[in-house]
Amino acid sequence: MTIADSTASPASTTQRRPIVRLNDVRKTYQMGAVIVEALRGVTLEIREGDYISIMGPSGCGKSTMLNLLGCLDRPTSGHYFLGEDDVSTMDDDALSNVRGARLGFVFQSYNLIQQLTVVENIEIPLYYQGWPEEKSHEVAVRLATRVGLEKRLDHKPFELSGGQQQRVAIARALVNDPLVILADEATGNLDSVSGAEILGLFDELNQQGKTLIMVTHSDEVAQRAKRNIRLRDGILESDVRRRH
Amino acid sequence: MAFLNPMSEDAINLHTLREGITIARLKRMLRLGIKSLWLHRLRSLLTVLGIVFGVCSVIAMLAIGEGASYEAQEQIKSLGSQNIIVRSVKPPEEQKVSNNNNQSFVLDYGITFADVSRIQATIPGVTVVVPGRIMREYVWNVRYRVDSEIMGTVPWYPEMRNHKVAKGRFFTSHENEQRENVCVLAAEMVDKLFPLEEPLGNHVRVGSDYYKVIGIMEPRARHAELGDSGDSKAATLNRLFIPLATARVRFGEILMKRRSGSFESERVQLHEVTVKVESRDDVMHVADSIKQVLERNHKKKDYDVVVPLELLKRAEQTKKIFTIVLGSIAAISLLVGGIGIMNIMLASVTERTREIGIRRALGAKRRDIVIQFLVETVILAAAGGILGVAVGVAIPYIVTYASQMKTIVTFWSPVIAFTISALVGVVFGLYPAMRAAQMDPVEALRHE
Repeated sequence: MTIADSTASPASTTQRRPIVRLNDVRKTYQMGAVIVEALRGVTLEIREGDYISIMGPSGCGKSTMLNLLGCLDRPTSGHYFLGEDDVSTMDDDALSNVRGARLGFVFQSYNLIQQLTVVENIEIPLYYQGWPEEKSHEVAVRLATRVGLEKRLDHKPFELSGGQQQRVAIARALVNDPLVILADEATGNLDSVSGAEILGLFDELNQQGKTLIMVTHSDEVAQRAKRNIRLRDGILESDVRRRH
Repeated sequence: MAFLNPMSEDAINLHTLREGITIARLKRMLRLGIKSLWLHRLRSLLTVLGIVFGVCSVIAMLAIGEGASYEAQEQIKSLGSQNIIVRSVKPPEEQKVSNNNNQSFVLDYGITFADVSRIQATIPGVTVVVPGRIMREYVWNVRYRVDSEIMGTVPWYPEMRNHKVAKGRFFTSHENEQRENVCVLAAEMVDKLFPLEEPLGNHVRVGSDYYKVIGIMEPRARHAELGDSGDSKAATLNRLFIPLATARVRFGEILMKRRSGSFESERVQLHEVTVKVESRDDVMHVADSIKQVLERNHKKKDYDVVVPLELLKRAEQTKKIFTIVLGSIAAISLLVGGIGIMNIMLASVTERTREIGIRRALGAKRRDIVIQFLVETVILAAAGGILGVAVGVAIPYIVTYASQMKTIVTFWSPVIAFTISALVGVVFGLYPAMRAAQMDPVEALRHE
């Protein structure tokens, strides 16, 4: 993998661009007197349109990995390129911009803001990018419709079921047209029917070319991804591309 | 559904994402803030109350203070700032004697006509001297009776004391010289004496003499005149003005006073002398000279010199102190309100840690979080300010209605009170907002 690849023509379908590149990424935490090495040198490349699951036992560094991928945290050493930018050297404001413009988050507990309606929740990333309200409202309504919530536009999160709330969260993750969607145990709080619906939505998004990274405990969920990554003790244990 | 190609020409430039704060954006911020506050209505209301009380007490207190000082100053001004008023005072030893023995005898005290001519002759800068005699008598109109102070004085009294004639006229020098039985009524006694008739042209009776009513004075300030030695405020208001010469003839030198169980007689030539000084700057010197002249000629301290200008200066001083005291009370009450806001916002920040985490994950910068919480505190403080101004402006009216006390709401007091309350919002909101912004997004998202 060379830098030259990243400048390849978008028209090329066979050789898709890498959009996430981790280069010997390490993360250490100081926990009192003990230094914890959460990630001990991870090198990884994710190309556009990938559908990835990250698994591993607890304490393997999954959360740390997701926080780094989500630009919520910076690596202690190593480099992280998101698109063409080296995110690992950015300051707090620039990281906020990256999160707002290039990443979409779907959390286990939905993380919707309770006092806002469905549409307003979906609009949040656009609000912080300074979009005018009419435009962001229009996009948000379109996405709410797309995830099947066209009748619940002005509902508050507490008026919705878990599956519906997670669909709002997905719409919110899509609203800024992100490079990567990061899902953290997205079906963990849902019953199997709602969970299946959400996973179906993910599949659909991936088929439309979205890059998805999901962290999960469930083998069943991981089966749906095209590429399964296993972490153990802060290093990559396995990286399997499966054929569907 | 088509997505933008993130790498296309339209790709968003990370460094030019945000423009400045526009009106539309500000409106959205306000709406968001109100929504968040509305989520905890009761809590927000209670927080606002702290500011409401602060602001309304400031305005109300200032209005009452302003009203009181205005009233005092008006009274002093009505005495005339170029005037010096010398009054006869019953010396304290005599008062004691008369009380102990409880018998009747003639008291001799007060300012004399000789004093007046001495003042006029020896002190430079004195222009007019208005002598006055005061007799406490009942004034009758057939069966209507008013306990009144009969004031024998000179024709230029109204002009000197800034007390104008409302209806009819004051008596003339000619009437004074001729010792005619004419009188001018104080406005306060007109209704009591003439409930049905027109007083002008009618007659009132004092003792055995009838006086023709030729004029009515304007109403005075509600309180008794400052520095007045009058026995009762009601009588002071019920003044009947008659020519000085007439008074000397009709009432004689010796005045009888009815007291419980005894009569008291006193010989007082003049009860009150008003001295007008040419220039305001000389008032204090002239007052000193008058005091010296009187001191030399009176063995007892049976007179009192009142200088309205001095009183005015003292009243202004008092007002200054009053304003400082009120200002401190205002500052303290707003401080307490501000601390209330800060307390609530700190609790709110802790409670909404997760929301902060979500917003940060979705692209909010530290600055955005600071602004969000600051907007909320400013909304609280401003709402408190507006309510406080409304209540604070209403209170003085209620006070005036309930206690007849004069109050003045100056236009700047609500403005200042509101501005300070908004500032309190910013100052006390800043720390909680900063704390919210300093949170680590990862930690904040993990918060339950």
